[in-house]
Amino acid sequence: MSLDTAPDTAPVTSLGSFEEARRQIEICNACRYCEGFCSVFPAMTRQKAFADGDLTQLANLCHNCRGCYYACQYTAPHEFALNIPAALGEVRAESWERLARPQALARLFQSHGVAMAGLLAVALACFFWALAALKPETGAGFYAHLAHNTMVAIFVPAFLAPLGLIALSIRDYWRETGGGRVRLIHVLRALDSAARMKNLSGGHGEGCNFEQGDRFSDRRRVFHQLMMYGFLLCFAATASGTVMHYAFGWEAPYPLFSLPKLFGVPGGLMMVAGAAGLVWLKLRAERTLGAARVWGGEMAFILLLGAVALTGLALYAATGTGLTGPLLAIHLACVMVLFLLMPFSKMVHGFFRLAALTVEAGKPAPAGGGE
Amino acid sequence: MKDWPKTFDLAVVGGGNAALCAAITAAEAGCTVLILEGAPQPYRGGNSRHTRNFRCMHRQPVFPLTGAYEEEEYLHDLMLVTKGKTDEGLARLAIRSSEECLPWMQQHGVRFQPSLSGTLSLSRTNAFFLGGGKALVNAYYNTAADLGVTVAYDAQVTHVHLDGDQITHLHADIAGVPVTVTARAFVLASGGFQADLDWLARAWGPAARNFLIRGTPYNRGVVLRDMLDQGAESVGDPTQCHAVAIDGRAPKFDGGIVTRLDCVPFSIVVNRDGDRFHDEGEDVWPKRYAIWGRLVAAQPDQVGYALIDAKSIDLFMPSVFPPVKADTVEELAAKLGLDPAPVRRTVDGFNAACRPGAFHPTELDGLGTEGLAVAKTNWARPLDTPPFYGYELRPGVTFTYLGLKVDDRAQVHSEAGPIRNLWAAGEIMAGSILGQGYLAGFGMTIGTVFGRIAGKEAAAHVA
Repeated sequence: MSLDTAPDTAPVTSLGSFEEARRQIEICNACRYCEGFCSVFPAMTRQKAFADGDLTQLANLCHNCRGCYYACQYTAPHEFALNIPAALGEVRAESWERLARPQALARLFQSHGVAMAGLLAVALACFFWALAALKPETGAGFYAHLAHNTMVAIFVPAFLAPLGLIALSIRDYWRETGGGRVRLIHVLRALDSAARMKNLSGGHGEGCNFEQGDRFSDRRRVFHQLMMYGFLLCFAATASGTVMHYAFGWEAPYPLFSLPKLFGVPGGLMMVAGAAGLVWLKLRAERTLGAARVWGGEMAFILLLGAVALTGLALYAATGTGLTGPLLAIHLACVMVLFLLMPFSKMVHGFFRLAALTVEAGKPAPAGGGE
Repeated sequence: MKDWPKTFDLAVVGGGNAALCAAITAAEAGCTVLILEGAPQPYRGGNSRHTRNFRCMHRQPVFPLTGAYEEEEYLHDLMLVTKGKTDEGLARLAIRSSEECLPWMQQHGVRFQPSLSGTLSLSRTNAFFLGGGKALVNAYYNTAADLGVTVAYDAQVTHVHLDGDQITHLHADIAGVPVTVTARAFVLASGGFQADLDWLARAWGPAARNFLIRGTPYNRGVVLRDMLDQGAESVGDPTQCHAVAIDGRAPKFDGGIVTRLDCVPFSIVVNRDGDRFHDEGEDVWPKRYAIWGRLVAAQPDQVGYALIDAKSIDLFMPSVFPPVKADTVEELAAKLGLDPAPVRRTVDGFNAACRPGAFHPTELDGLGTEGLAVAKTNWARPLDTPPFYGYELRPGVTFTYLGLKVDDRAQVHSEAGPIRNLWAAGEIMAGSILGQGYLAGFGMTIGTVFGRIAGKEAAAHVA
């Protein structure tokens, strides 16, 4: 460790966001008043000079709670003009683009909600065509509109290929940030942080500074967890349906008192509530305290998650009516876009966050210096 | 001049910790309150926004404090730093009342954290604000808003009108518009005069113009001067200010905490002429950093230069600006704007006076020089391992001592006796208790205790 500001490793990119984040973090590291808010500040105290990989790691630890912005003595108009949530937000968004492959798709979909809407339109067209052209001879429920095997043939690759791309990104992230050997205890610690969204607690448990300036609020944490656990329940619904289909030969449609519905209906409702809440918060929050350039892409991603859940619930409600066909096409199109864009949309944040939290758990406890 | 359309029960001059504690206390007692904060909203909170903790008496461990810190030990610590220059009655009042402040602060939105990196030595005596002083200030402004307190920002009070034994009204420039404010009671919590460089220069001498001001540029002492001119009783040495040695590249105002440098014990410090002038290893830095402001202020051009080599560069907290770096002592001197020859001579003399022995950066290791006119009594290791690093040091003023004398009800007095509806709290009256030196976190204790007293007394007066 040296005070020399030249990092040991070659810069990862020539983008200006690293330079700005480095300038701000070096000022920050000489103050340390914010060390109680979240994981970023204790992690920062391990070093005096920050290589690009260090900044990438700090940026992915940051959950944009904004506590440090409102507590900061050095925000504009002060000449130091610190805005740590925005500086780290930029580095974070860039890291998701830089570590994606191909990068161009990530740059397009991370920042442009319109692009996501365009892809959705294409997917809708495809599925309406598929439902018309590939209508099976037999089948119950929505399998009357699209055969089970056809769905599997379409969705299994559409799900696994993006996951494979994300795995490559996380491997690169691990290299860039100097992550050590993966140990179970570190993964468990990361999962525990995410399960409680500890880094949005504000350090005092009253939440963060998002939608009402310098007042604390737990709404963002609540809506995020509704979304996250709702999503996991829906995922469990699909997984349990798959098991029932292949292991027990019990095919959809399933009644209300079956695992897929008991997971899926509450999960879907939670996702709709979470999406509505997150949209509302995002509209009220100050845009300049995050990576403003990706605001549109982030908003589109929340709306897409909400659409997946809402169309899924509608499809269930419409069982046996003439709306099943069109609703199936719409729902499948939403799910398809969500799957395909996993590596290129805000969806990757979950993977990067878990990686960052795991890397952090594997590092020695910060020692800090003397005041 | 316009009149404020409403007469308030209480007008509070200032917008930092003491002002907010007074305003909240009075508003909770049912008063209508106006806060006149001289700074625009982004800079509200005076020097409180730069603070980090408050020193708190307690009899047993209570979050976030460890152990116990009782009245006599607290007073003893205060006596040590002030060398007895304190009003013991007021000091004991501040110390005793600090105990009940901790829960009061939490009830009014302040959040604490256990001491973490580098501040463990204070975990028993000082309660750290989560997020620091600006987070505290934000919490109090939100509490005040919920209580219906009116806040005028960019409201510089120019005159507080004393008529006989009471204040009748005050004049303020609010966003550039002259306004007359009438109220039944007044609390002055507008800080010291350290940001008025002309006043500092008159008090200290022209050298003061080279000082840096660590805190807010809005503490210009206008109300303090106005009250003294009207015969209010004063306390504290009018010529003195509290200064520490900080990074010479810091902004003229408002550099705050990040401009501190902890490198002196592991450095040799020379002046403009390349000469050492004081024992850099006298004691651990927290006990000595305060005297270095004065030491540097006494040097030509009020500047010093700390010289470090590669052995010691990682022994202290990171600096906000990277140090000047060079491969030789001569090159370092030149980069710092010093004549290389005398610096080389000083370094050679110092290196020759160093003795072998065990070096322990965290304790007084007794590793001293021999035979130097200005000895270094601990941590003396030769400056011989490149690269070499240098920091420019300048005095950074924290606060001034001259203030209004108050009694144990925070009431301000004139020669004729107490001014019936005027109280003072915070830095403007801290000289009553802190006559010299400084005790970490005690400024916030004085502000909280006397702010609450002033608010309570003002509310009782108008009831």
